[in-house]
Order: sequence, then structure tokens, then C-alpha cells
Amino acid sequence: MSDTKYKSVLNRDPDDLWEDSRAIVNIGPIHPAMHGAFRLVAKLNGETIENSYGEFGYTHRAKEKMGENRTYHQYIVYTDRMNYVSAMINNTVYAMAVERLMGIEVPERTIWIRMVCSEMARVIDHLVCVGINAVDIGAFSYFLYGFHEREEAYTLIERLCGSRLTTSFTRIGGLMADAPEGWEKDVKAWVKRTRKTIDEMDRLLTMNRIWQKRTIGVGVITKEQCIEYGFSGPNARGSGLDVDLRRDQPCMFYKDVEFDVPYAKEGDIFSRYLVRIEEIRQSLNIITQCADRIKPGPIWCEDKRVRIPDKDVVYNTMEGMIHHFKFFMTGFEVPAGETYTQFEAANGEFGFYIVSKGSSKAHRMRVRGPSFWHFQALPLMVRGLKVADMVATFGSINVIAGEIDR
Amino acid sequence: MEITDIRNYVPTTFGDWVPKFGELWKAQISTLRHRFGDDILEARMPPEYPTDVPIIYVKKESILNVLSFMKTDSAFEYNFLSDLTATDESVEPRFELVYNLFSTTKLVRIRLKVRLRDDEEAATAMAVWPGANWAEREIFDMFGIKFAGHPDLRRILMDIRYVGHPLRKDFPLKAYQIFTEPELADPALLDG
Repeated sequence: MSDTKYKSVLNRDPDDLWEDSRAIVNIGPIHPAMHGAFRLVAKLNGETIENSYGEFGYTHRAKEKMGENRTYHQYIVYTDRMNYVSAMINNTVYAMAVERLMGIEVPERTIWIRMVCSEMARVIDHLVCVGINAVDIGAFSYFLYGFHEREEAYTLIERLCGSRLTTSFTRIGGLMADAPEGWEKDVKAWVKRTRKTIDEMDRLLTMNRIWQKRTIGVGVITKEQCIEYGFSGPNARGSGLDVDLRRDQPCMFYKDVEFDVPYAKEGDIFSRYLVRIEEIRQSLNIITQCADRIKPGPIWCEDKRVRIPDKDVVYNTMEGMIHHFKFFMTGFEVPAGETYTQFEAANGEFGFYIVSKGSSKAHRMRVRGPSFWHFQALPLMVRGLKVADMVATFGSINVIAGEIDR
Repeated sequence: MEITDIRNYVPTTFGDWVPKFGELWKAQISTLRHRFGDDILEARMPPEYPTDVPIIYVKKESILNVLSFMKTDSAFEYNFLSDLTATDESVEPRFELVYNLFSTTKLVRIRLKVRLRDDEEAATAMAVWPGANWAEREIFDMFGIKFAGHPDLRRILMDIRYVGHPLRKDFPLKAYQIFTEPELADPALLDG
């Protein structure tokens, strides 16, 4: 027996059970805890993660390339599949970006309906996030409370546009269809029910000792790291970065509604959870205020470039028919220019950087998904934690595969 | 009867940013010109140029100095890298790197651009924002732009064996590369 080997046994760290035999564990891409197709390769010392790296791209669908090869109207359906949990927000941001390039003002009714839809999508997204995060840790029934209200919200969205998940509801300069009569009342009734459910969920989980032990002080990211790594949305606010683009760079009518921006300072899973729960309440407040202000009126702008011709004109006049085919086959031309239009989506800053060279297709269609930047910092957040804590941390930053892979 | 062409250029109304931030942007650009001189190649201001925020073209060599100055200086404080991407212009200089910056204290945005020839390398912004890591990997993956000093310049969205850079304008739209073998985990990435 050689001396050196004997020495190395003596110098061994008593906590280091697996010296020279670290296990490399491959979590994902097909794993229920990875919420989509993600892969995390972790080097484990016992059950402690010493180092890890993330991989994605398993659902890459070349959306940015598609944006350069589809007309602006045809691209609307592609936006649904980015953050598929809150598709309404993606539709709204995309429509806003193109309207900005073209200098189009949409009617008030459209904007209020878009705001209601965006906030409903935000509530859905947060309910899914906190629900699934709790399921990962072991609180299954909590998730069902939230999912009931989520289904109700999808039913309301279904009444608007006929589909639940992939909505494609907005059009450039308007909406696919007007809201049915009495829709606002049903929305307000849903808000009332959801408020009760949120209070119930809050009572059920927030003070639960197991939940607190699993989440407090786990998966910490500091405010400085948030800025360095491009964190935004509830994840950044959970670390004390008090920025909300709805309040700080208001678009649509966010100036005219009242809401608070919650933030926490600790930066762990628990503070992100608290921020999300409070944001649901604030979103419900916004929805009530918007629903009160939806007044009868037109939903389409007057601009003939983008307005889809009415069906009776298309069927009964030659010019209308030609207009219809020109609109859907060659598309409308967008004047040259560029914009980076951003909005506070459910996960953070969601933006479209569109460069137009004056044709009916974009020169560059860049999508900034917040999850891309959040997932990047995951190895930093889980270093030194157990594998089970990694699952909890991953659920708490709410990484959505559709938006990160695009 | 007055005849109007619906394709006529409509001046874009980029919200209320120009009246709100126009003076601030002008002051910042003149500060940059004063400090960096010829390194600031060009500044395109709205509403003269159809853009929502000013575009500042910077020389490739001094982009890191400009970025770190704009991140820390009290008159700028563009501390948040909103987005980092590139565009393919098809003519030389072929590529433009686009830095979309946001100030979380002043709540204002600005855009920096760097022109690159086809064979040129860019400098990595990871020293200023560590979070630029994956954004630069994506640019490398999609456009084939190399970043000097980047520690881990691998493909990120496409498979590691993929050939070509899909977002280049000359990349064929319908082409398939099918890999039947899985991509194995790389233990070398877990060192340190």
C-alpha cells in the first residue's frame, strides 16, 4: 500500500462521503419535475449539488426565423406558443409592437378588453406557478384549488375567441371578435370567486410549517445578482428589485388604474411565492377596474391598411374580395423602422424587437423571453442545495419551455 | 375628391417617450461624444429616424468601455441588459450587434449597436453583465458571430453537431439535419 493513498484517507473531509466518486446525474429532459423539456446535469456529492449546468432547445421551433418569413398577420398564431400559459399577454405585446411601428391608435374598448385579458392571463400563470411549485414539494390539494379557478378563467377566454390555450385573440389594430354581451359581468363574478379562493389558498399553505421549512432560505438570489443576470418580473421583485413595467413604463391604460406593486427582500422561494400571491390579488383589482370601464364602441381602428374587410363586403363586392385576398396572401406593408416593445408579462419583461425594412415581412423578429434569463441563473441558485431543493427552486422561477426555446 | 394613398408613410407615434426623455437622451449622447470622441460613430434620434429610442453606433473596440461607463455613471445608470441580439444585413459590414439597455432607476431605455464584418470577432459583455453569457451563445448559434474572451461558446438552441447558422439570411429555409443519437452529458462542464 502506498503512502500517498494512506495519507489521503487521513486527510479526508468527514462530510465528504464520495470523494473521488462524484455522481453525475442527468435530470430531464423528460422528467415531470422539469416542467417541459429541460435538462439539468448535476454533479452530486452525496445528495448535495456541487455544480450543474442547464440545457434546453428541445422544443425549438425556429420562431425568429419564421418571423422573417411570415407576414405580420400570419405571425400572430406563433406568438401563442411562446409562453403558452399566458398566451393572451404574448398576443397583446405583439399587436402593440406592430401597431407602434405603424403608428396606429386602437379604440378604447379594445384596449380595455386587452387589459382584462392580460391580467386574466397573469392570474392563470401565477396560479399555475404556485400550484405546481406546491405539487413538486408535496402539497397536491393546493394545486387543485387554483386549477379550478384557472379552468373558469379559460372558459371566459373561450367565450371570447373559441379556444382556451392558444388564443390568437388580438389582431393588428383590433381584436378577432368583440366580447359577447354580459361578458364583463361574468368576469366580475369570476373575480369575486377567485378572491375567495386566493384567501383560502393563502390560509391553507402560507403558514404551513412544512411549506415554510422547504422554502424559506432556499434558492436565494440577491438583488445585485438579479440585475447582473437580467432578472425581471416577480422573480426580481422577490429579491427586492422594485421594478414593474406596468407602473414604470405604462402602456395601454395602466396609468388610469390603481394597483400596488408587491415586493419582498429575501429572494428565496418563499418571497417569490408571497409576491405572486399578492400579485394575483392586485391583478384581480385591475380586472374589476377595467371591466367597469369597458364601454360599447368599435373594436377596430379606422386604418384601412390593417383592418380586415367585413365579410358582407368580401362576399358581395369585387373590390372587397380582392382586398381580402391581398390582405391574407401578401399582407400589409409596415413602414421602415424599429422598435423594442416590452410589457410586464407574467414572468417578467417580455419584449419584441422588430426591425422593418418596409415590406410585409419583418427583417428581424427577436423575442425576449424572461425565462431565458431566469434559467441561466439556476446553477447559481442551486449550488450547495439538495436535489429536492433544486426541484422546488426550479418550480419557483417558473421557467416556461415555449418561451425559452421559441 | 381627395385621393389618398393608404400606403403613404404615417409618422410613427412611439408613445410619449420622445417628449418625456428627448432632452435626457440628447444630454447623454453629447456626454458620450465628449468622453469617447470618435468611438461614437453615429446617433440616430427619434422622431427624425423611425425608432422608439435613440440608436447609438459604437466602434467595435470600445463597446465594453461604453457599456461599463453607461452602466455605472450617475448620469446614465443603464444597469439592466434588457436584450442582446444581432441582425444580418446581408451587405458588409454584415452583422449588427444590438444592446437594448434599460435603467431601473431612471426608467428609460436606449439602444447601442456595433457593426461587424463577416469575419470579425466581437468582445464579450460578460465582464459587465455575467448574464450576457447565454445571449452571446445564442448569437453564436444563430449567426455564427464569435465572441473573444467568452468562456463557454457552445451552441445553445441547436444540437451541438448542427452545421450552419440558421438566422443568417442565406441559410436555406427548408433543410433538415436529423440526429438519432442523444447528446451526452459533458463532465468537463461540471469542473470548478
